[in-house]
Amino acid sequence: MPATLAKSGGLFLAMVVALVAMAQAQDSAFAIHMGIMALAALIAAVAVMATSSTTRRLGHDESHYDDAPVRWGVIATTFWGVVGLLAGLFIALQLAYPVLNLGLEYTTFGRLRPLHTSAVIFAFGGNALLCTSFFVVQRSCRARLAFPGLARFVFWGYQLFIVLAATGYVLGVTEGKEYAEPEWYVDLWLTVVWVAYLIVFGGTVLKRREPHIYVANWFYLAFIITVAMLHLVNNLSLPVSLVGAKSYSAFAGVQDALTQWWYGHNAVGFFLTAGFLAMMYYFVPKQAERPVYSYRLSIIHFWSLIFLYIWAGPHHLHYTALPDWAQSLGMVFSIMLWMPSWGGMINGLMTLNGAWDKIRTDPIIRMMVLALAFYGMSTFEGPMMSIKSVNSLSHYTDWTIGHVHSGALGWNGMITFACMYYLAPRLWNRQRLYSLRLINWHFWLATGGIVFYTASMWVAGITQGLMWREYGADGYLVNSFAETVAAIHPMFLLRAFGGLLYLSGALVFAWNIAMTIAGRIRAEAPMTETPYDARADRPLPAPALQPAE
Amino acid sequence: MSGYDTLRHFADSWGLLAMTILFISFVGFTFRPGANRRHHDAAHMIFRADDQSNQGRE
Repeated sequence: MPATLAKSGGLFLAMVVALVAMAQAQDSAFAIHMGIMALAALIAAVAVMATSSTTRRLGHDESHYDDAPVRWGVIATTFWGVVGLLAGLFIALQLAYPVLNLGLEYTTFGRLRPLHTSAVIFAFGGNALLCTSFFVVQRSCRARLAFPGLARFVFWGYQLFIVLAATGYVLGVTEGKEYAEPEWYVDLWLTVVWVAYLIVFGGTVLKRREPHIYVANWFYLAFIITVAMLHLVNNLSLPVSLVGAKSYSAFAGVQDALTQWWYGHNAVGFFLTAGFLAMMYYFVPKQAERPVYSYRLSIIHFWSLIFLYIWAGPHHLHYTALPDWAQSLGMVFSIMLWMPSWGGMINGLMTLNGAWDKIRTDPIIRMMVLALAFYGMSTFEGPMMSIKSVNSLSHYTDWTIGHVHSGALGWNGMITFACMYYLAPRLWNRQRLYSLRLINWHFWLATGGIVFYTASMWVAGITQGLMWREYGADGYLVNSFAETVAAIHPMFLLRAFGGLLYLSGALVFAWNIAMTIAGRIRAEAPMTETPYDARADRPLPAPALQPAE
Repeated sequence: MSGYDTLRHFADSWGLLAMTILFISFVGFTFRPGANRRHHDAAHMIFRADDQSNQGRE
C-alpha cells in the first residue's frame, strides 16, 4: 500500500511539474505537449490506484508467461498500422492533387510526411518489435518477463512517445532530421522508455532457464542497444529554452549530416532489419514447424550485419561535402552487406526445405516467404543504389522512395502481418484465426499494392534522374523542375493506387484480428481439400487373358 | 597532429586490425569442433515441450 501511495503521489507530482512547464511555456506547441504529459501522468496515477484496489498482483505467477503487454502490443500494432498506411495514402494523393493540402499549415505535405514515416516505422514497426520481443524472449528463455511493472511502463511510455511525436509534426515541432524529427524533450522521454525496455529484456535474458540464448534474442538485443546508441548521439542538441520546443544540434554542417545518416541508415539496419530478423528467426521456424535451416549461418549472419551495417551510412551523402574516402567507405561496406543479407534470406527460405508445399497450403507461411523475398530484393537493390555511378542517377529521385517501400511494405510489413496472424489466436486462446481465407485476400491485395508502388516509382525515379541531367547542345539544362514533376504525374497516380491496395489489405487484416479477439470463427471452406476420387479408390481388376502368339 | 588525424590513423590501422580479428574469431568460433551438435540443440530449443501456448492466462 505505501508503494502504491508513493507511486501515485510521484505521478501527481509529475503532473504538477508538467502543468507548471505548460504555464511557463515559450511557445504554444510546447504548452500543448506539456498538457499531454500532464494528462498522461494523471491517467497513470489513476490507473496505479485503481489496480492496487484489486487483489491481482503482478509478477507472482512464475508458472505462466506474462502476455498482457504482448496482447496490448498486437492491438497497438494493428491500430497504428492502419493509421500510418492511411496517412501514407493521403500524402501520396497530396502529391498527385496538391489541393489536398487543404490550405492549412497543419495538413501540408511537409508536416504529414514525417507523421506517415514515424507512424509506420516507430508506431507500427516499433509496437510489433516490442510485443514480439516480449513474446519471444519469454518462450525462448523459458522464463516469465522480468520486472512486469516496468514492462507495462515501456508499453504505455512508448505510446506516449508516439502521441508526442505525431502531434509535434502536425504542430510544426521538428529537428528536421530524417526519422529523428522529435525535439529534445521527446527524445529524453524516449531515452527513459528505451532504458526501461533494455532492463526488461536484459533482465528476462538473465533469468532464463535455458543455457543457450536463442539467436532471435541476439538480434533483439543488438536492435535495442544499437538504437539506444544511435538515438543518444544523433539527438545531442541544446534547447533554446528549458520551457520551449526548439533546440539546436551539437554538430554543424557536414559533421551533422554524417551523424544524421550514420543514425538514419542504422535505423534501417538495426530497427528495420535486425529487429525484424529476430522476428523471422523465431516465427518462421515456429510456423513451419521446422528448425532454422542453418543455425551456424544465422550466427554468421548476425556478426556480419553487426560489423558491416554501422559503416554504410555515408552512401546517403554521395557527391556532397563529405570527404571522398568516407563516401567510398560507405559504398564499399554497403556492397559487402549484400552477402550476409542474402545469407540470411537463404537461411529463412531454406527453413522450408522439404516442406515447400506449405507455401501452397499455409497462407501465413506464404506471407513469410514473400517477406523474405522482399528482404532479398531490397537488400540487393540497396547496395546497387549505393554505387556512386548508379547513385548519381537515383539520388533525390523517387527511385529511393520505391526502394524504401519495397523494403518497408514487402519485408517489414509482411513479416509483421504474418507474426500478428501467428500471435493472435495463441494470445487470446482461440482455436484458430477468424478466417484463413481472409489472409489470402490480404496477401494478394498487399502483393498487388507493392507491385504497383515499386514499379511506378522505378519508372518515375529513372524518368526524373534522366530529365534532371539532360543537357542541350548549348550546355544548358533542357528541363525545368516543374516539367519533370508533370512527366511523372501518371506514376504518382499509380503509386497512390498501389497504396490503396496495400491499405485495403491492412483493413482486411485488422478485421481478421478484431474478429479473432472477439472469439468468432468464420464458416468457410478450408484452403485446400484432399481430393478423393471414388472410381480410383478400388483394386485393379485381374487383367484379361491374352491369346498366346 | 590534430585530433582528426590521430583518430583517422588509428581507425585505418590498429582499429581496423582489431575489428577484423574480432570478426574472424567470432565467425571462426562457429566452426569449432563439436559446434554442430550445439547448433543442432540450439536450433531445436524453441520446439521443446509445449512452450507456445499460455494455458490458463493469468
